[in-house]
Amino acid sequence: MASIQIEKLEKSYGHVSVLHGVDLDIADGEFIVLVGPSGCGKSTLLRMIAGLEDVSSGEIRIAGNRVNDLHPKDRDIAMVFQSYALYPHMTVAQNMSYSLRLRNIAKDTIGSAVAAAASKLGLDPLLERRPKALSGGQRQRVAMGRAIVRQPKAFLFDEPLSNLDARLREQMRAEIKKMHGDLKATSIYVTHDQIEAMTLADRIVAMHGGVVQQIGSPLELYDRPANLFVAGFIGSPGMNFLAATYAGGSVRLADGTLVALETVPALADGESVTLGIRPEHVVIANDGSGMRAAVELVEPTGFGIILHLSLHGLPFKIFTLDREALNSGKEIGVRFPAQYLHLFGTDEQRIA
Amino acid sequence: MKRSVLPTIAHRLAILCYIAFALFPLFWLLKVSVTPNDLLYSEGVRLWPSRTTWDHYAFVLQHSAFPTFFKNSVIVAASTAVVVTICASLSGYALSRFSFRAKYLIVALMLLTQMFPLVMLVAPIFKILSPLGLTNSLTGLVIVYTAFNVPFATFLMQSFFDGIPKDLEEAAMIDGATKFIAFRQIILPLTLPGIAATLGFVFTAAWSELLFALMLINGNSAATFPVGLLTFVSKFSVDFGQMMAAGVMALIPAALFFLLIQRYLVQGLTAGAVKG
Amino acid sequence: MRKPWLKRLAHASEPWLYSAPSLILIIAVMLVPLVVGISYAFRDIQLLNPFSGGFIGIEHFRDLAKDAAFYTALKNTLWWTGASVILQFFFGLFLALLLDKPFWGRGLVQALVFLPWAVPSFLAGLNWAWLFNPVIGPIPHWLFALGLMDQPGNILSDPRHAMWGPIVANVWWGIPFFAITLLAALQAIPRDLYEAASIDGANWFQRFRSITLPFLAPTIAITVLLRTVWISNFADLIVVMTGGGPADRTQIVASYIFTQAFKRLDFGYASAIALVLLVLLLVYSMLIILLRQTLLNKD
Repeated sequence: MASIQIEKLEKSYGHVSVLHGVDLDIADGEFIVLVGPSGCGKSTLLRMIAGLEDVSSGEIRIAGNRVNDLHPKDRDIAMVFQSYALYPHMTVAQNMSYSLRLRNIAKDTIGSAVAAAASKLGLDPLLERRPKALSGGQRQRVAMGRAIVRQPKAFLFDEPLSNLDARLREQMRAEIKKMHGDLKATSIYVTHDQIEAMTLADRIVAMHGGVVQQIGSPLELYDRPANLFVAGFIGSPGMNFLAATYAGGSVRLADGTLVALETVPALADGESVTLGIRPEHVVIANDGSGMRAAVELVEPTGFGIILHLSLHGLPFKIFTLDREALNSGKEIGVRFPAQYLHLFGTDEQRIA
Repeated sequence: MKRSVLPTIAHRLAILCYIAFALFPLFWLLKVSVTPNDLLYSEGVRLWPSRTTWDHYAFVLQHSAFPTFFKNSVIVAASTAVVVTICASLSGYALSRFSFRAKYLIVALMLLTQMFPLVMLVAPIFKILSPLGLTNSLTGLVIVYTAFNVPFATFLMQSFFDGIPKDLEEAAMIDGATKFIAFRQIILPLTLPGIAATLGFVFTAAWSELLFALMLINGNSAATFPVGLLTFVSKFSVDFGQMMAAGVMALIPAALFFLLIQRYLVQGLTAGAVKG
Repeated sequence: MRKPWLKRLAHASEPWLYSAPSLILIIAVMLVPLVVGISYAFRDIQLLNPFSGGFIGIEHFRDLAKDAAFYTALKNTLWWTGASVILQFFFGLFLALLLDKPFWGRGLVQALVFLPWAVPSFLAGLNWAWLFNPVIGPIPHWLFALGLMDQPGNILSDPRHAMWGPIVANVWWGIPFFAITLLAALQAIPRDLYEAASIDGANWFQRFRSITLPFLAPTIAITVLLRTVWISNFADLIVVMTGGGPADRTQIVASYIFTQAFKRLDFGYASAIALVLLVLLLVYSMLIILLRQTLLNKD
């Protein structure tokens, strides 16, 4: 296992720049998740670490050694592909042992490594099958098995669960987390699914437009998103945003309502800000206090209820566990608890 | 679901017409080749003679150099097929997997080779090969046929490679393979249908080639089947039975090879067609 | 930071290493002889004349401009190529459509109807020449029975209709090529498009026009282009079946080149004709590609 350092990493195809100076320090044994919408550069970054894409400028170090010019095979990393990329003409056992065979490792060593990985993943009865004869979930396991048979310096995952159905995805997510707990392997995991990011990561790297937006633990990103992008991307349903102006310790919403803030930011009165609050933090005020919002749609998810509202004519969502919300009339009152408010400036960065 | 049977009947009838049109000439070849000489004219338009004979085949095999021609043709066609497939796999792979500036130049060059009558090359090629001692030799023929068939075979192989996901090579490289090992151990085994199609296509083409075989070879020792058949035809131009017996024998290897590979051919072209 | 130059060199040369065997062969056996062949067009190359070989400039082309046989051949080439390509295309397209839907025994049918492609071209020529021969073949007798002929004669020696002989042989031989390529393209069309169109209420012909044809168009364009060029150059059938006769009625440019080169052994003149043909075909291809480009840009 090893640490990975990435410094001022840039990537461009001709004149099109897709990564703009990424800096990232990954500790030995850490589980890092790169998250962002498609086209944000997360997969490119992963493929550059793997050596599948050339580095335009900047530096990648694995275990302290510069690997920019190293061929993928010399970087000693393992990767799980979105398509699994299992070799169709090899059996499961051959797929898993291919990397070891390429390294001319003794037959019995290979045998025991494959057996160990197979039993860990529950693949023992499938070892002689071809990938074609496996289900999606089984293929995914084989792809994982292929990665863990050798002890690489790092594991790279490129959206490994996106081809599975919801149930399997949940199950494999837990297994990946458990496996990381066992192996303590440095891992970099790419996904566009923020739940995967939240549940798996030691630290999340949120990316957008080829730029790292925020690096931090899942709860840091959830509690204190660094900018509008991260605030909107992390959490489901997404955070509500309301345009507002600052007014001496409070913010004034479009309809003139004053919302009190917890702390006093360094802002001048009248400055435009964006107020953010997560749907699960909005309080429904049945006593007639709070702002009035029209109920447009009620979505029960079983666990909770999502209310689609119109607040000052803008879409607004609430997530609540209170079944009473199912019976809400045409209009309800909402209150914003001060400790859950997020404030962003016109530059989209967090103020408070 | 109950549908009208009329379209189905029309469909089968149309198919039958095509089969009849495709096979009738070959059937006629076979029919004349087994018709005894005395019935040839009296039963000229009958679909099958009242008596059949293998005499024509026996004569062709015993009284001519056809066994030699046959052997030469097999050697030339098989070697050409193998060499072309190796070259075309490599160049098809390059066109499919690398993006480099000269790629379009190479494609243009290969297209150009399909644009002019090959007759134009006979004299220059003869001039180039003759000081090398490659005229009147099977090796010379193999070299010429290989070059002629490489462009199309390259495009064919490229379309097969295009159908194989790039992920597989990347996975292999991460597993510790060099690009060439990934090509040999992962990609090539997956293109076996493509390789079969290319082998069959080139074998058939090389088996059939007449012009250069005629021009580069003189004498029977290195002549191929088409040359032999043509000289036979001009020499014995009255004995239709024997000519057609020779024709049937010329047809069999090419037809067999083609029947084996034709479904891969459609597959390969489909793989390419997906990409547009 | 730049990569070490050696590494960059190795990286850049990789595709060349893969292409090298093919490229070397093509250049040595096709490109160099092509250039030499083009140079022959400007020289006096006659095999039987030991004093030939000198540079004569554009004299061959001057002769060519006055060569009535060449113009006849050019006209015949248009006729031969046009009729062959059109017939091959329509029969090939129809066959591909027939084979596109699954039915019992499709694999076998496909193998059988594609078989003519495997027949060596000279043998196909001989075979059809025999079929047209009233002594040995049935076709003249059939045509006679149908009242299309006054007596069972050989169509190949009838100056008015001789061209149909090689054309029929060519169509027979070339249908599989079109059918295979078009079938491959057909099978690449997503099935759910047809289902969607059926649900929308489109009948067979509407589906064909609005889904099949647009999807096939690129394949059709490129196949017809390549085939036209190829058939213009394809002299085997004519050389074997009629040798250009009777009275040059079936002489196409490609077979005329063949005659000049191997019957009269005048390689210089043959190369000059070949060069003209090459230029004409290049111009034709450019025009088609330009046309396609403008059509594409219009959308």
